[in-house]
Amino acid sequence: MARDDVWILGIHMTKFGKHPNLDTVDLAAEAALAALADGGVSMKDMGVLAAGNLMGAANGIGQQLQKQIGQTGIPVYNVANACATGATALRTAVMAIKAGECELGLAVGVEKLAGAGLLGGGGRPKSDRNVYEPHGRYGSVATIDGRVGTETMPGVFAQVGMEYGHKHGGATFELFARISEKNHSHSTLNPLAAYSKKMTLDQIMGDVMIAYPNTRPMCSANCDGAAAAVVVSGEKLKTLDPTQRRRAVKVSASVLTTDPWEEACQVLPDVNTLTRQAASQAYEQSGVSPEDLDLVELHDCFATAELVHYDNLGLCAEGEAVPFFESGATWRDGRTPVNVSGGLESKGHPIAATGIANIWEVCHHLREEAGDRQIEGATVGLAHVIGLGSACGVHVLERAAA
Amino acid sequence: MGRQIPLVEYLVLGEEPHLEANECSSCGARYFDRRNACASCGGTGFHKAPIDSEGVLRAFTIVSMAAPGIPVPFVASVIDCGGTSVRANVINTTPDPEHVKLGMKVRLATYVVGADDDGTEAVGFGFEPLEEPDGA
Repeated sequence: MARDDVWILGIHMTKFGKHPNLDTVDLAAEAALAALADGGVSMKDMGVLAAGNLMGAANGIGQQLQKQIGQTGIPVYNVANACATGATALRTAVMAIKAGECELGLAVGVEKLAGAGLLGGGGRPKSDRNVYEPHGRYGSVATIDGRVGTETMPGVFAQVGMEYGHKHGGATFELFARISEKNHSHSTLNPLAAYSKKMTLDQIMGDVMIAYPNTRPMCSANCDGAAAAVVVSGEKLKTLDPTQRRRAVKVSASVLTTDPWEEACQVLPDVNTLTRQAASQAYEQSGVSPEDLDLVELHDCFATAELVHYDNLGLCAEGEAVPFFESGATWRDGRTPVNVSGGLESKGHPIAATGIANIWEVCHHLREEAGDRQIEGATVGLAHVIGLGSACGVHVLERAAA
Repeated sequence: MGRQIPLVEYLVLGEEPHLEANECSSCGARYFDRRNACASCGGTGFHKAPIDSEGVLRAFTIVSMAAPGIPVPFVASVIDCGGTSVRANVINTTPDPEHVKLGMKVRLATYVVGADDDGTEAVGFGFEPLEEPDGA
């Protein structure tokens, strides 16, 4: 029988950063075991496992993980959905519960990415003799990345931010740098962040330029990490003990979208329309409106991306992202705190872990377990990720008595 | 001069080099690569459509870190060519924010990317500013 009541029972993220002595399975196991312990359950209770590891997508991280922490015969879904891989894993477990196939499920995302450098912009195979021959869907005779625009992530997202500035005005290099200044400042309160160093505006603007207007501290930090969540049906939750019920966080909306066709979406990936559609579906599913949000963890893969998502997520009126940021609204003491974890720019971005780690952050505030970072009295939050290709995950989470 | 071939098939060389899209015969959506069906309407009929060679700079970035072999910095951009968006580098200008401005008018220009072992030259394209910044 279909159900629509799903809760996060347990959740964990590892410290993000460099873990030279741990492999992806170690990190996934650490996150999974701790999420199970946090929820007061074990692998034997799980009815489904969804796992994501983007860089090793062919390796079956789910089954590898089972061999380390419990082979119980349950179905495993290995998912890969660009930077939305973790959110997709969670959504897969949520769907299994909503479909009535099981009562409890585990979602895991893990990535080893420290020192990975620039992502995107694939090259061409080399041959011994160099003779031009049209190749691929564009019939190109040589590498086009860098000659016909750029496919690297910092460049793509730089253009996304600049396009917003062209349309609405006010989006200067300094403004984008101030967004980064906010997130680096927030990260100082996060002991699990890969980088937790406050940076001045001058330091950010004067750092190495990667793709104007994104300097190095304005780009997401490639690092290692894992995150995992245990989800449970409302019906099952009612049978669990009072502590488990008190700490459970309601998944009020779980949405995944891809980008619909728009003029230009294949020239410059459209990160806007799919986010707008995901957000509006999430608000409709949950009955929550943007003004109700006590905190938002959004996909600031680059400082330029954060700006457009204020608008896409409806945190401000359309076209008003610049004045919204300038009002101080998105600082942790503002009206709608955004990325109090430090965001991808400082907390780090181990790709497949990110979509669960942002939910970990929101859950900890809703449970009043966020320590020095706690947003006082938080009862509702939103987590957003986007993956190019494209995929967008939005989850609305609420503290509510089960 | 040896033989020349375009860097990409959608660049048409000759007297007046221009870009050419595969246009969906049902809904008019345009694609620069080969398509199995239209991503917008599902139609399977396509015809060639020439793209305006002048346009307006709608978005850009100045890329300082790129794959080996690609000279940096370069200006990557999206140009609005009469309602069709084109991805291209802005060329024949100084790659800094003083010389490249959102909303500036640009036009298609070609250049030789390199030659292969048979002496065949690959011709690439970019867009160059139509006028100096501030009308100078």
